[in-house]
Amino acid sequence: MGAITVLTPTGTLGYGFGAEALEGGMALRPDVIAVDAGSTDPGPHYLGSGETLVSRFSTKRELSDLLSAARGAGIPLVVGSAGGAGSRRHVDWTVDIVREIARERGLHAKIAWIYADIPIERARRAVRQNEVQDFEAGFLLTEAMLDDTVTLVAQMGHEPIAAALDGGADIVVAGRACDDSTIAAFPIARGADPGLAMHMGKILECGAFSAEPFGMDVMVGTVAEDHFLLEPGSRNRRASLTSVAAHSLYERENPIRQAGPGHEVDLSDCRFEQVTERRVRVSGSRFIKSGDYWVKLEGARRAGYRTICIAGIRCPTMLARIDDILDEVRAQAIDYFAPASFELTFHVYGRDGVMGRLEPQREITSQELGLVIDVVASDQELAHAVCHQISGSLLHLHYPGQFNTSGNLAFPYSPSEIDAGPVYRFSAYHLMKAASPLELFPVNFEDL
Amino acid sequence: MAPGKHRLRDYAAIIRSKNAGPYRLTFDILFRDEESFRVVRDSNAVTRETVALAYGVNPSQISSLFIVPEGRAIKVTLIRPIGQGERGDSDMYGCQQHVPLMELPVPPGENR
Repeated sequence: MGAITVLTPTGTLGYGFGAEALEGGMALRPDVIAVDAGSTDPGPHYLGSGETLVSRFSTKRELSDLLSAARGAGIPLVVGSAGGAGSRRHVDWTVDIVREIARERGLHAKIAWIYADIPIERARRAVRQNEVQDFEAGFLLTEAMLDDTVTLVAQMGHEPIAAALDGGADIVVAGRACDDSTIAAFPIARGADPGLAMHMGKILECGAFSAEPFGMDVMVGTVAEDHFLLEPGSRNRRASLTSVAAHSLYERENPIRQAGPGHEVDLSDCRFEQVTERRVRVSGSRFIKSGDYWVKLEGARRAGYRTICIAGIRCPTMLARIDDILDEVRAQAIDYFAPASFELTFHVYGRDGVMGRLEPQREITSQELGLVIDVVASDQELAHAVCHQISGSLLHLHYPGQFNTSGNLAFPYSPSEIDAGPVYRFSAYHLMKAASPLELFPVNFEDL
Repeated sequence: MAPGKHRLRDYAAIIRSKNAGPYRLTFDILFRDEESFRVVRDSNAVTRETVALAYGVNPSQISSLFIVPEGRAIKVTLIRPIGQGERGDSDMYGCQQHVPLMELPVPPGENR
């Protein structure tokens, strides 16, 4: 095997990269462009709703540039976790954008797309056969919870993407995929050491976040027989020991062993060396194949509908008794709407709005508070009614020591209530045993 | 470094928090240099107990702590008190939970 070079344009497709950086990266003659387009990081909403994380405008703009670069160089383009959560709707949306670009530019290429949706019945069967384990959710997955689940995907490994590439695809749009696997699929398909390729994938998947200065930008990795090299596309950045080692820790719990679909990567014997001013060499990453092939499920359910109200509080007499006042208003609302139920959260910015129960410093030291009244109920109308009842009560509440009797809240908006639509929550974050790496992830081809 | 009361922010170059999946909050402490890393490591300033105390949680909520000499880093992970996007969650990316670590006291050791 000769060395294989992967160009990753950015940390998330649609979040941008520099033209100079892409040009610099392409000058290193990559064998593939690979990028991921999402994860669970933005929360369960995109998985549940099917809305995309990034706008169509940004996605199309960046895919156009990447398709031009890839087709110009005669190399494939791989997109993983399409659309934000990698559900069927996200894959179809992304494939549609690629078709549109191809039509507009007269491009001819073979596209493959891979769904990552898991039929609920398939997961139910796994639950019945005891082939589902909790990963970190802290609860067991039940058939009832699967029935509540509106979208269920699993993270694919590198194998379905490699199958698409082996099938001759010039463009691969994959649904939910392990980020590292999206980047590692091409090198592994061409015979690279899977431990090195996966570790390189882990570092490259955030683009130039592993460079200094860090940013959403182009990063290039070259995997050879016993090491890989990292280098940013832009001349204004460099890969350093610190930036690469720091990134090895990012967004993962265990810095030594990193689990993915059907494998773990052991980094305990890893070595990092600065080989040139802007290039780092990594060696010693080891691939450990798992006995059975487990994939991580990600599911979302609809929890209700949200209405919020944003308000400011300036009067020191109210700040001094804010907890009592909020408790009183909450109790009134529960009583007023009974037997209907709702979830009510007060986010009190200026006290513990950011850290909640992890906040060690709960004393209010500012002259004003920002309040977000957050109501989730079974339908939008009820959520709106509850939120308005609470903001109205707070606005006109009488309390001891009050000077200003004309209103307690400063609303920046009219209407003061904002309907935020359906609310989704994670309903599955569990491991499920697959019959094979390809079982759950069908590959489709089309000539553009 | 001059004697006096030192905190983790005096030794670290990066102190950050971030989700590691929807149910974990992971903290990375990256030190300015080898010396700072050694001083803090040897002082036992960062343990399951000190981190739990700083966040007002039970030490059993600390799911792991790694000392990473190759990265001149200490990595601590907390079970999220509220899962990402669950009722009452206030930090979707978990990226603004780092401040109590910045203020963590580093006890004086010998030869300092």
